[in-house]
Amino acid sequence: MIKGKVWKFGNDVDTDQIIPSQYLLLPNVEEMKQYTFEPLDENFASTVCPGDIIVGGENFGSGSSREQAPLVLKALGISAVVAKSFARIFFRNAINIGLPVVICKEVYDAVEQKDTLEIDVLKGTIKNVTKDRNFTSTKLPAHVMNILEAGGLIGFLNKK
Amino acid sequence: MGMTMGEKILARASGKDLVKPGEIITAKVDLCMSNDGTTHLNIDIFENQLKAEKVFDPKKVIFIVDHNVPSESAKTAQVHKKMRIFAQKHDIPFYEGTGVCHQIMIEDFVVPGQLVIAADSHTCSYGGLGAFGTGVGCTDFTSVMHTGEIWLMVPETLKFEIEGSFKAGVYARDLILKIIGDIGANGANYRIMEFGGPAVKKFTVDDRVVLCNMAVEAGAKTGLVEPDQIAIDYAKARGRHDMNLFTSDEDAVYEKTYQYNLDELEPMIAIPHCVDDVVGVTQIGEVKIDQGFIGSCNNGRIEELRAAAQILQGKKIDPYVKLLISPASKAVFLEALAEGLIDIFVESGAMVLNPNCSVCWGSCQGVIGEGETLISTGTRNFKGRAGHPNSSVYLASAATVAASALTGKITDPRGFVV
Repeated sequence: MIKGKVWKFGNDVDTDQIIPSQYLLLPNVEEMKQYTFEPLDENFASTVCPGDIIVGGENFGSGSSREQAPLVLKALGISAVVAKSFARIFFRNAINIGLPVVICKEVYDAVEQKDTLEIDVLKGTIKNVTKDRNFTSTKLPAHVMNILEAGGLIGFLNKK
Repeated sequence: MGMTMGEKILARASGKDLVKPGEIITAKVDLCMSNDGTTHLNIDIFENQLKAEKVFDPKKVIFIVDHNVPSESAKTAQVHKKMRIFAQKHDIPFYEGTGVCHQIMIEDFVVPGQLVIAADSHTCSYGGLGAFGTGVGCTDFTSVMHTGEIWLMVPETLKFEIEGSFKAGVYARDLILKIIGDIGANGANYRIMEFGGPAVKKFTVDDRVVLCNMAVEAGAKTGLVEPDQIAIDYAKARGRHDMNLFTSDEDAVYEKTYQYNLDELEPMIAIPHCVDDVVGVTQIGEVKIDQGFIGSCNNGRIEELRAAAQILQGKKIDPYVKLLISPASKAVFLEALAEGLIDIFVESGAMVLNPNCSVCWGSCQGVIGEGETLISTGTRNFKGRAGHPNSSVYLASAATVAASALTGKITDPRGFVV
């Protein structure tokens, strides 16, 4: 079970907003993560807490294939990203690094900044604890769930 | 029930006779490519997490330095060095500073019918040659580099039927901006965009690549054009003869079909800060610009350079505007030199840059400052894409960028072309 505080963003949050190009060639993710969401909220990286949850609208993670986007979120301790829909490369990348991505159309309009969510990825349920409301999310295909449960594609391949 | 050409390529790659949308397959990859945007992370994963020793096939793994080249910092130089050492150690093809990765792949490697995986979102470009290219992140890429395989979900296909012919001053670039504006930035999410119809059958490979390259900006997994004699001739002229010519069956199932007529198309502009916020140039009003850019994997090929040169010939750009031009590859650069286009650019006051991702990537060359406005033939106009978070990027054709550089404001190129 994942439980955390919400950071709410809009539609079409692209990968250049999550981590701008000029930081991608820094040697590692630890150096990059302080710039997460810099164009949208320059205080994000310094105020986010481990366990927090990102909630986005349609087409979250659109744009480039940079895996640095889900990597900086994970490095900051984000426990899940919930969105109405995801751009496909971001979705794959998140699964591949073991960051849960949850598709749910309804929760977006029923959640506010700093609300607390409880997510069960396997069961496909989301609860807004603050507002005491329950939602269902799209279940992941078994193959994809296996990768996520192994902590990502590398863990999955090393287990094989 | 028939299959679309995209389904046929995935069926072949996964050793099946038939695949259907929604099915998860394990496919063998014909080529994989990575550039300096993420390769340093790939190498870390390959060596330290997978503890792998060999790439699956050294002839099918390609490394290309094109994003920050020449390097602008010591840290970047270190990243490039890491790539160079890995490429030498594993004896894989390595390119540095000779062009944008997708243009090099199209010129030197891709043939119709292949499945190509690369660690860059614009890998969908290869549909211009009838190959299925799709972009992935570094973990997926590293897994492919090691195993030669990838899991994929078979996508639905959207069909775009194009008829008519371009009016003077209107290009394939305007068509793809128009399509993305119509269907939206996730209008093709997880789908194949198949471009066809009588107009596309007459398109050059360059123009087909322009369409397929930006499929990802509508969220698509890939863009495809059926391979024909034009695609075959392109590959054969570069010494590549083994290919699979997959075309869609008459009874193939499309999720949706869209119709476009080029006779009705005008120059299009994507306005800040989303690629699907598209208007006709005649609706743009007065927008002053600080910089123009012609280049990128979308629009830095010889045909776009010719279109720009036609407008710039014998004229000077606005003295308070910078115009940066980066041919998409060494081959394009040499062609432009031979045709005298580079002379025209330099005489007009433009800066001609080495072949690379340049301004489109927004962290190496021609970065713009706070409050500045860029008009670009690049792939994206996201907030801060070309530099300062509070700057603006408009996307347009090379002809529109050239005309705008002359006047200092966004300008309809149709007044400049014959």
